[in-house]
Amino acid sequence: MVLLEHYLSLATKSIFIENILLSYFLGMCSFLAVSKKIDSSVGIGKAVIFVSAITVPLNWVIKTYILEKGALLWTGNENMANIDLSFLSFLTFIATIAAMVQLVEMLMDKFSPALYSSLGIFLPLIAVNCSILGASLFMDERGYTFTESIVFGISSGFGFAIAITTMAAIRFKLGYSNIPDGLKGLGITMILTGLISMAYLSFSGINL
Amino acid sequence: MNKNTLKIAVDPLVDNNPITRQVLGICSALAVTVKVEQALVMTFAVTFVLVCSNFLVSLLRKMIPGRVRIIVQLTIISSLVILIDQVLQAYLYNISKQLSVFVGLIITNCIIMGRAEAFAMQNSTKDSIYDGLGNGLGYGSILILVSFFREIFGSGTIMNYQIIPDSIYMSGYVNNGLMLLAPGAFIILGLIIWVQRTITKFKEET
Repeated sequence: MVLLEHYLSLATKSIFIENILLSYFLGMCSFLAVSKKIDSSVGIGKAVIFVSAITVPLNWVIKTYILEKGALLWTGNENMANIDLSFLSFLTFIATIAAMVQLVEMLMDKFSPALYSSLGIFLPLIAVNCSILGASLFMDERGYTFTESIVFGISSGFGFAIAITTMAAIRFKLGYSNIPDGLKGLGITMILTGLISMAYLSFSGINL
Repeated sequence: MNKNTLKIAVDPLVDNNPITRQVLGICSALAVTVKVEQALVMTFAVTFVLVCSNFLVSLLRKMIPGRVRIIVQLTIISSLVILIDQVLQAYLYNISKQLSVFVGLIITNCIIMGRAEAFAMQNSTKDSIYDGLGNGLGYGSILILVSFFREIFGSGTIMNYQIIPDSIYMSGYVNNGLMLLAPGAFIILGLIIWVQRTITKFKEET
């Protein structure tokens, strides 16, 4: 029960209090580009949840069994104890993500064409979405365990999905308002994101 | 340097700025701008990676098969980022700790991929270097501007030197803590974009 509570509080923390987009600014590029339409925002949100739920635990496995100092000891070779490959983490993480995205795209095309047609166009975009690589790097920096990294992967994706869907809904309404020329588009979106992020600050009062 | 190459290098500074006009690389522009010092280090790191990746990609552009070009570009970029990360950890350890994951996230900084894909894949090596330099500095100028406002209003300092005199604090002035948090960054950048677009008379199609 204590463990379950721990995972729940980790999830709440990464969805609301430390929202990956609104307090760490990760994934802004696709956030700004895609949030014009609600349909596509929901689509990219789902795709981000899906991909980060897979890649964060996968990168955890790679980190723990290949890259860390002494991680290669499972091979049974004593000489491996001093090998520290953690400087390669950036390269391996991004390669894993790019490969996973490609794989997921192919599997989805084969087994679930309906899902593919709704998420398909967003998947290549996601390979270079900062929030996916960022989630893996945070996992590495904060030293999560395997289960924690699964929970973190899903909930950080979820946080991104909530933020982008909210923004799309606001921008839809914004279409009818009268905005100064220079502020149209990017400018007003930035300021609105600031206001949403200010609202999310109030979650930091929650004591977990 | 003839007129054309000069234009390639100068254009991204204001008129075609990567952040305010091309909407690339926003993530790091917001995250590392709490202090001017961090912004300077980040500008240096990004400009270095951008110039080198543009150089390498344009050098290899005739050899890279079209279908796997994204992976090739990512590999080139992440090798360069590993290099700069190791240098920062060795010589500027404190700043490298403050920048935390954002050095690694230079890999997915859209400016670098965007310029490699849009410019270096089609243009000569020399032009690509100038393009990288111009875009790196254009990105840096916005970063420094945002961090200038955030640091002066948020902590009353510039480059860790106190700018706002004690006498003003005595009369009841308080630092605006919001500037140090995420919303301050969003709003300052939004206002800078507004000013820049009003000056250049750029209007976004909606």
